[in-house]
Amino acid sequence: MVMLAPNQQQTEKLIYERPHSLEEVYTHYCPGCTHGIAHRLIAEVIDELDIQERTILVAPVGCAVFAYNYFAFDSAEAAHGRAPAMATGIKRVNPDSIVFTYQGDGDLASIGIAEAIHAASRGEQLTVIFINNAIYGMTGGQMAPTSLLGQVTTSSPTGRDAQATGQPMRIAEMMAGLPGVVYSVRRSLHDARHVIQAKQAIKTAFEAQMQGLGFSIVELLSSCPTNWGMSPADAVHWVRDEMIPVYPLGDYKVAEALQNKRGRN
Amino acid sequence: MAKGRVDIDVDRCKGCELCREACPQNVLALADDLNGKGYRPVILLDPLHDCTGCALCAVVCPDGCITVYRDVPQKTPKKEPVLNGKSLSLAV
Amino acid sequence: MAKELLKGNVAIAEAAVRAGCEAYFGYPITPQTELLEHMSKRMPELGRVFLQAESEVAAVNMVYGAASAGVRVMTSSSSPGISLMQEGFSYIAGSEVPAVVVDVMRGGPGLGNIQPSQADYNQVVKQAGHGDFHPIVLAPSTIQESIDMMVLSFDLAEKYRTLVFMVLDGAIGQMMEPAELPPMREMNEKRPSWALTGQSKRRLNGRLPDKNVVTSIHLGGDELNAFNEKLQAKLAQITANEVRYEESYIEDAEIIVVAFGTAGRVAGTAVKNLRQANVPVGLFRPITLWPFPEKRLAHLAERAKAFLVVEMNAGQMLHDVREAVGCQAPVEFLGRMGGLLPFTNDIEKEVQTIWRRSEVLALHQQN
Repeated sequence: MVMLAPNQQQTEKLIYERPHSLEEVYTHYCPGCTHGIAHRLIAEVIDELDIQERTILVAPVGCAVFAYNYFAFDSAEAAHGRAPAMATGIKRVNPDSIVFTYQGDGDLASIGIAEAIHAASRGEQLTVIFINNAIYGMTGGQMAPTSLLGQVTTSSPTGRDAQATGQPMRIAEMMAGLPGVVYSVRRSLHDARHVIQAKQAIKTAFEAQMQGLGFSIVELLSSCPTNWGMSPADAVHWVRDEMIPVYPLGDYKVAEALQNKRGRN
Repeated sequence: MAKGRVDIDVDRCKGCELCREACPQNVLALADDLNGKGYRPVILLDPLHDCTGCALCAVVCPDGCITVYRDVPQKTPKKEPVLNGKSLSLAV
Repeated sequence: MAKELLKGNVAIAEAAVRAGCEAYFGYPITPQTELLEHMSKRMPELGRVFLQAESEVAAVNMVYGAASAGVRVMTSSSSPGISLMQEGFSYIAGSEVPAVVVDVMRGGPGLGNIQPSQADYNQVVKQAGHGDFHPIVLAPSTIQESIDMMVLSFDLAEKYRTLVFMVLDGAIGQMMEPAELPPMREMNEKRPSWALTGQSKRRLNGRLPDKNVVTSIHLGGDELNAFNEKLQAKLAQITANEVRYEESYIEDAEIIVVAFGTAGRVAGTAVKNLRQANVPVGLFRPITLWPFPEKRLAHLAERAKAFLVVEMNAGQMLHDVREAVGCQAPVEFLGRMGGLLPFTNDIEKEVQTIWRRSEVLALHQQN
């Protein structure tokens, strides 16, 4: 805040500043990677809900493996795909805490799909922030379960072929089908308007946990400029033009208790 | 239109230019110089004071390096309406 | 408290409850399932955490989570499930959080069978997951000992911030014996300073503490090397302090039978029978499989003429005994696989053969 002496005329006011729940550090993410936006939104929500002191992050394996260096609260680093199981263990013995996992598509949709589905199915009091960028980032751009048909990756050099590797997995829709899930939505981080909507969804997801309603998940369509071989600007356009048609944005499940809080799409 | 400015942490900026993409007033530019990490950071280039402090740049910044301020409109002294000898102006 | 007739798996579960276990995560697998079943009843009764996980992989990672939060936590499984849990064991070791695992071993490889076995020795003692670490491994041979060691397991896990295994075989898990349970331990509400509790729980005089992080990553080479040096130093300290074994008829024994768990118990009967036939044989039963009582065995080898290792596998502990004994005496092996117990007769016959051979050798040397 811009603090001024009482009799001094205030000339400007603070409109936006970096959230306190983010550490004041430089991140290892590539330029233009939307992981950074997702981190910032989570931190803003945690600041606004005033839950920093009781929040525990479970970080994944993937590009966000060092997320615990960037958030300013208690954190654990799980084995690949096991964040929902580890988070279950943490939450069950710390029922007053707010526990969330932050997972990519390789972590959640591939190796950790069983842990994710069962945590959701049990209605664990957890929040999952699911980053869908249609690729394995950390290992250098291999095909993910969420890669688009025809998408060229380092392990699908001629483009993803449905015959051989199936169709892209739609996680938000799948999770919505489980009774334990109270909130399952898909948002995108490709421009400012959508980022603001994504933040509202993240907030609702955390509120669902604070109210003890059950499992909440926000799927965030994200970019990976480096492994897609695009400029950051082209990459967010690709999210808008190529990913959204395959992964429609929307609310796939919003429990009644959350209806009045739902973020508009 | 409101006026504003942004303060950019150039040491943390990676020059991804998503903020430039988002800026409706075209007041952001890449610096000629490199920062400590070897990136050309974004700077505010706003000689005509076109920035409105809308904060869209900060909303899309992946590195949380933008702080946004908006000018508080200065009250221009004008004749206050008076009713029965009492000022009607309200504290702002 | 008086002795009662208890089934192994149930006795162990109840001992864990009384040792202050605050959370149990597991998955059904024969021959340990009664342990999980007992926990499913007792833990909720006491307001503690019980959860049947979707797999052993999930179970061990739930244990990892609860261990990171600093509570007394355990899981139990049997051989194929232990194979699946190895991922989690390595992470638990790599982030130095305390956890307890009970492995009621069955025959392998593959699905093998559900009979008693000791074929997990290597996968638990030698390589419980990737990387350089060893859990403490306790191997009881009776239900009473299992109960006592369940309590010890939690104490050791907490003391050294390490993974502790209690390994037994299906025979101990399934049989019934009179045994005495420990008194109920008072619950310790206080969490260790490193635990993930949310920062507000660790406020001291109103001051917000630093965040806690539980991780097994040390990306820099020097950093990981330093971590491993520290881990090895801790393992050396455990080796110095925690070796446990039991001996009988050992003082004048010329032949020493080495066996653990149920095999150790059967061997004990064989040794007693042989002593009645005036064969100078003794029993050495390692109780900690890691740290292994190698110094004591090396010392015994200075005067023993021969060793016989008896195991319910193809010879896994055998290699540790050979390493301890070195060239000082021959080390023979008698093993049963297929989930079968060794017979006392077979052990007695084998010892007699070794005894006669050493007598003949001694005569030759005299002449």
